[in-house]
Amino acid sequence: MESLDLEKMSVRDINQYLHKTLPGTDVTELEIINPTGEHNIAVGMDTECTIDVRGHAGYYLGGMNKKANITVHGNVGNGVAENMMSGSVHVKGFASASAGATGHGGTLVIDGDTGLRCGISMKGIDIVVGGSIGNFSGFMAQAGRMVVCGDAGEGLGDSLYEAVIYVKGTIKSLGADAQLEPMTETDHKALKELLDFAGFDHDPKEFKRVASAKQLYNWNADANQEY
Amino acid sequence: MCGIVGLLIKNEILRPQIGKLMLPMLIGMTERGPDSAGLAIFGSAAKDNERKISLYTFDPEFIWKKLSDDFLDHLGSDVHLQQVANHAVMTTTLDVNLVKIWLKEHYPSVHILSVGQLMEVYKDVGTPAQVAQRYGFEGMSGTHLIAHTRMATESAVTPEGAHPFTAGEDWGLVHNGSFSNPNSIRRMLAHKGINCVTDNDTEAACRFLEWRMREGDDLEAALHAGFEELDGFFTLLMGTKDQLALVRDPFACKPAVVAEHDDYVAIASEYRSLAHLPDVKNANIYEPKPEELYIWKV
Repeated sequence: MESLDLEKMSVRDINQYLHKTLPGTDVTELEIINPTGEHNIAVGMDTECTIDVRGHAGYYLGGMNKKANITVHGNVGNGVAENMMSGSVHVKGFASASAGATGHGGTLVIDGDTGLRCGISMKGIDIVVGGSIGNFSGFMAQAGRMVVCGDAGEGLGDSLYEAVIYVKGTIKSLGADAQLEPMTETDHKALKELLDFAGFDHDPKEFKRVASAKQLYNWNADANQEY
Repeated sequence: MCGIVGLLIKNEILRPQIGKLMLPMLIGMTERGPDSAGLAIFGSAAKDNERKISLYTFDPEFIWKKLSDDFLDHLGSDVHLQQVANHAVMTTTLDVNLVKIWLKEHYPSVHILSVGQLMEVYKDVGTPAQVAQRYGFEGMSGTHLIAHTRMATESAVTPEGAHPFTAGEDWGLVHNGSFSNPNSIRRMLAHKGINCVTDNDTEAACRFLEWRMREGDDLEAALHAGFEELDGFFTLLMGTKDQLALVRDPFACKPAVVAEHDDYVAIASEYRSLAHLPDVKNANIYEPKPEELYIWKV
């Protein structure tokens, strides 16, 4: 295993190694030690490999990830795996605000809680959260699935498009145009796959489904701006 | 942007090192606030009948000895002045209001940064490392402190616009965020005889909260009044003579991370400022929830 030490290398050095040097080697397993809360660790990964980050990381860890499977043995700051295309990011601790924001694909797993605006404007990413999520999560989420094993905060799924949110615990409030819907067999199956991938042991039957009521899809001149 | 830092030392053995422990935390917040920095430290207590007054002057040629001589001449009372660069901490047995009037009349170039039995304030323009070196932050001793790195958005980059802001006695505040209605708050306070000395939004909020507490609110009630009156986004970190308190706005726009350890409680805008604290891997690390008041006692 290749070991990169952030006490000895800068984030820029490490990211340049990951982008430029790594593709020409046969290294497939890496670890990054002493992350000490630095931002932008392992962003834009375009090479198949596994990366273990040993400690707490800062903002945008694994942002724009395409091919790597990244595990953080600690907490992360804002925007973990933001705009991820594919691959996976697994956070063993908690994540701050905007986890998985605008993600197009891949899977983001967070064992602990997340801050506010988790999965904001997600576009196809799957997000599985072992704990609870903060207010305004899933705002304008367009595609993909978000699973919350704990509770959801205020305004969940405001202005949802086609994304679906599954919540096991309580929902403080739903956002505009978000509604609870009955779970189908397809939901149970999809949810089981996501929970198995994340390694969480929950019964899919205990989850609620939140999706768009689709009342905001077309302009309603009679609504008088009251939604 | 701005960065906030707080440290409360539970283990008495570490209290003489509070400055040394805090310094990397403050410098870690340089990218969030490169234009000014400051701190309020709760250190050695003045006697019951004494007050410490933190002073600052723009005048690089200022002679503090003359001020203390004049003080004795005019007011008939001995005064102790501990000078650090263009700051000085005055310790006096006289009534603070009398000293304020005297300073305003005889030394208008000298500004009062804080009053208290424990609290001293140092703040200035410059990078956090420069300000820390100028005022010897590293060598400071105390039980708890709040500190700030500033990236100015609402008012000018000046020493008095740097944080912490203080009001009353042994009460200081640092702020990450901005308020959109400081003018109406200032006007409202002016009607009650409370005047702000800068056009800074945080100062207005600081004086508002101190006024609420003087009116009988405890900190929690004052902050709830603040939620009603103060329009904007904020993470506020406050220091009193025996506690640190933290609150985030309802939208949690501005970050904060807490590390609670057997030896200390450390607060910063980002984890990278906590990463180098001793044994931090065994601390309980969490993000404060929006609108919840967190209080840690010395």
